[in-house]
Amino acid sequence: MDNVIVKENDNVKEGVDQETVDAVREVGGKYKYGWATDIEMDYAPKGLSPDIVRLISEKNDEPQWMTDWRLEAYDRWLTKTEPTWAMVDYPEIDFQDQYYYARPKSMAVKPKSLDEVDPKLLETYKKLGIPLKEQAILAGVEGAEEMSDAPRKVAVDAVFDSVSVGTTFQDELKKAGVIFCSISEAIKDHPELVKKYLGTVVPVSDNYYATLNSAVFSDGSFVYVPPGVRCPMELSTYFRINAENTGQFERTLIIADKGSYVSYLEGCTAPQRDESQLHAAVVEIIIEEDAEVKYSTVQNWYPGDEDGKGGIYNFVTKRADCRGDRAKVMWTQVETGSAVTWKYPSCILRGDDSQGEFYSIAIANNMQQADTGTKMVHLGKRTKSRIVSKGISAGKAQNTYRGLVSMHPKAKESRNYTQCDSLLIGDKCGAHTVPYIEVKNNSSRVEHEATTSKVDDDQLFYCRSRGMDEEEAVALVVNGFCKDVLQALPMEFAMEAQALVAISLEGSVG
Amino acid sequence: MAEAALKTDPVAAILEGREVLATGWSAAARSDALARLQASGLPERRDEYWKFTRPDTLTQAQAPQAAVMADDEAPLFDEMDRLQIVFVDGVFDAEASDDLALEGISIERLATANSDLHWARDVYGVLEKRGQDPVSRPLAALNTATATDGILIHVTGKPSKPVNLIYNHKSDSSDATLHHCIKLDAGAELTVLENGPAAARLNKVMEVEIADGASFNHIRAQGRNHERRAATHLFARLGTESEFKSFTLTMNGVLTRNEAVIELTGDDAKAHIAGACVGDGDFHHDDTVFITHDAVNCESRQVFKKVLRNGAIGVFQGKILVKAGAQKTDGYQISQSLLLDGDSQFLAKPELEIYADDVACSHGSTSGAIDEDALFYLRSRGVPHADATDMLTLSFLAEAVEEIEANDLREEILDRLTGWLGRRRG
Repeated sequence: MDNVIVKENDNVKEGVDQETVDAVREVGGKYKYGWATDIEMDYAPKGLSPDIVRLISEKNDEPQWMTDWRLEAYDRWLTKTEPTWAMVDYPEIDFQDQYYYARPKSMAVKPKSLDEVDPKLLETYKKLGIPLKEQAILAGVEGAEEMSDAPRKVAVDAVFDSVSVGTTFQDELKKAGVIFCSISEAIKDHPELVKKYLGTVVPVSDNYYATLNSAVFSDGSFVYVPPGVRCPMELSTYFRINAENTGQFERTLIIADKGSYVSYLEGCTAPQRDESQLHAAVVEIIIEEDAEVKYSTVQNWYPGDEDGKGGIYNFVTKRADCRGDRAKVMWTQVETGSAVTWKYPSCILRGDDSQGEFYSIAIANNMQQADTGTKMVHLGKRTKSRIVSKGISAGKAQNTYRGLVSMHPKAKESRNYTQCDSLLIGDKCGAHTVPYIEVKNNSSRVEHEATTSKVDDDQLFYCRSRGMDEEEAVALVVNGFCKDVLQALPMEFAMEAQALVAISLEGSVG
Repeated sequence: MAEAALKTDPVAAILEGREVLATGWSAAARSDALARLQASGLPERRDEYWKFTRPDTLTQAQAPQAAVMADDEAPLFDEMDRLQIVFVDGVFDAEASDDLALEGISIERLATANSDLHWARDVYGVLEKRGQDPVSRPLAALNTATATDGILIHVTGKPSKPVNLIYNHKSDSSDATLHHCIKLDAGAELTVLENGPAAARLNKVMEVEIADGASFNHIRAQGRNHERRAATHLFARLGTESEFKSFTLTMNGVLTRNEAVIELTGDDAKAHIAGACVGDGDFHHDDTVFITHDAVNCESRQVFKKVLRNGAIGVFQGKILVKAGAQKTDGYQISQSLLLDGDSQFLAKPELEIYADDVACSHGSTSGAIDEDALFYLRSRGVPHADATDMLTLSFLAEAVEEIEANDLREEILDRLTGWLGRRRG
């Protein structure tokens, strides 16, 4: 009988697992990546104007059509107002008091290979655990090699403030036909692809921050996987904000052509500063027939200190468009950083039988505010979506799940399953859920109908029949469930995420 | 210039021909409400709170016409011993009404309650005003400012029978604005029954102040009329260990917006609100509920079921707000719709906003067609298809109807739903 289920539990019992409490404190307490790199930078003048937009375009050596595209976005941005509907509260941002472009001096002439990159930059990424050499696996993932038969490879695009420092494994990827480079390179080298896809998933005037990004984005990653190609390695972009008073506006464009597959990872950190910094990114993913994209994020921007001083304002628009039939996208996010998060990775399920999944763990501590969730727009027939969101609030933090599930009249026989759980630790924080559900046809169903209301019961019954009391049984089921979310991450990230989260959700279901 | 602007102002337009009483005990509340209305303006399509329901026919100056429908069913609650108070198109009908006297309560009409020391001064517009934050409810403010009549009930004991407000509809173009105030003293009890289509367009506010240990029970059936429109607000404030129960049945009606704003301000209070609605064709039904927990160990429960066919639209916006310090809150909310065909829609926004950690709040929302497996089971037992569909539809609705405690009332409501289903059998 059900085709849309939203079920939540906002619940903490007395005696929430002490380990959980400690782990959450730890996540907020010690920010490991708070140091800054002392490096000479070139800045564009402070503030935002058509001249700055032209300057950014010029610095990136862009063709005229790109400059025009940006200027048009700038004009539209001027007509838009900042959204205020999210449950976040922060001082007004002075958009003229920011640098929109910052580039290490040594990057003035783009290095031809990684060997030519400024050692200071290489050192920075090494310190972050992302050494920019073509190694089989990411550092710090011990034992990863034994876990798979062939050595796993991860290609990395490293973005430092406004520019891409370098991209590893480009040659090997080229052999497979995969294009993985910075978006500034793609605009120069593959203008036909960029022209065809840029702004088609997130239109220029989609929202205030996306429009701003369209005008001033400086760099980001570009991925094109040709038809039938399974990308031979994981692709990864690591974003680092270093410069002060500088906004980072990255733009990512991923195209998975017919029958292809790619797994993409994104990580980010920033130095500890008293001033808040702006980060407004746009990620567009196009998934053609039978293609599949996995997009995983561990968002660990500097969250500000215990009193809410400093931290990144993270205003991000991420959207995947399943254009072809049987296209599939999976968003997985672990959100632990940022002072303010405003982020709704979404899926447009346009192709028949396409699938969207969203797995999220959001942890907000101290004065952090997170307003995050997803949109599942079912347009095609027999489309499926699944939303699993776990929100954890501690300190004086506010954590909001905001989501939309929309079943259009033509999305016959579609299914959605949504679950969001919230956990509050302490009586000064808040946990909120704002789901929108719009069902405009009656043939949509949940595939595993029993799971929506009964799988949990079965599991509970199983545990009870083995002699566990209800509390124990619930804890076990929920714990197993949370681990499922973590396991949805690619292995390299799962390790990092587990270290970050290290939290059990015991006691969260009543 | 200013005059021209005034004419196009929708607030000015709807106020034209309405009187904001400037004398009497309610005058201050009325002018205060008028100021609130003028500050907020009337609801508009682009308002987030009206995302799923178009307010224009509720806010336009003239009520759209609604043909009077001959109801072939016996009036609800007919067999019951009750005190009847009848309104025809929003106008009190003294002849059809019983004597406004019952032991344990005092009853007056809003239009004739003149005493300057009136108790209702502490209720009239007071709960409505509290309910304007954090979301403005301009239609309720309009009501407070311009209500023409209503009933004021002060409950001091435990009356022997329920009060039945009956709303008859006899004019195609009636536009009724009714405002009721009910105050229950500590330990008092009252059941209020409401039924009837009321008017072509009804704007109704009911404010209920429930003191410590008091208990208020409310059963409402919004009458059968295909073309009527209604915007109703139910404001309630609960004291320590008090109880509030409300159930609404809605059948037909081209547009219904029922808002309930309930505040639990005393420890150990309980608020249950439920609704069953069945819609066929040109039918838009919106349940908007806002429950605030502002005390320890309170319980709230929302159960809403909708059966929709032939393009009917069901809306549910429900919110549980748990304020800091409202520990041991038990909040439950379920909204479900059964779509009997591919044209109908269910739009929902079940919201939680929680600032206390030792709470158990949950909500669920589902929407879908009749369960094929259950249907198959019944068919395999020899039940004809139409009967099986009706059985499953009724059992779906029963979960909300079962929130009614009194057996006779529950049976009567179930009979009405069976009647509705029966009329739709070809």
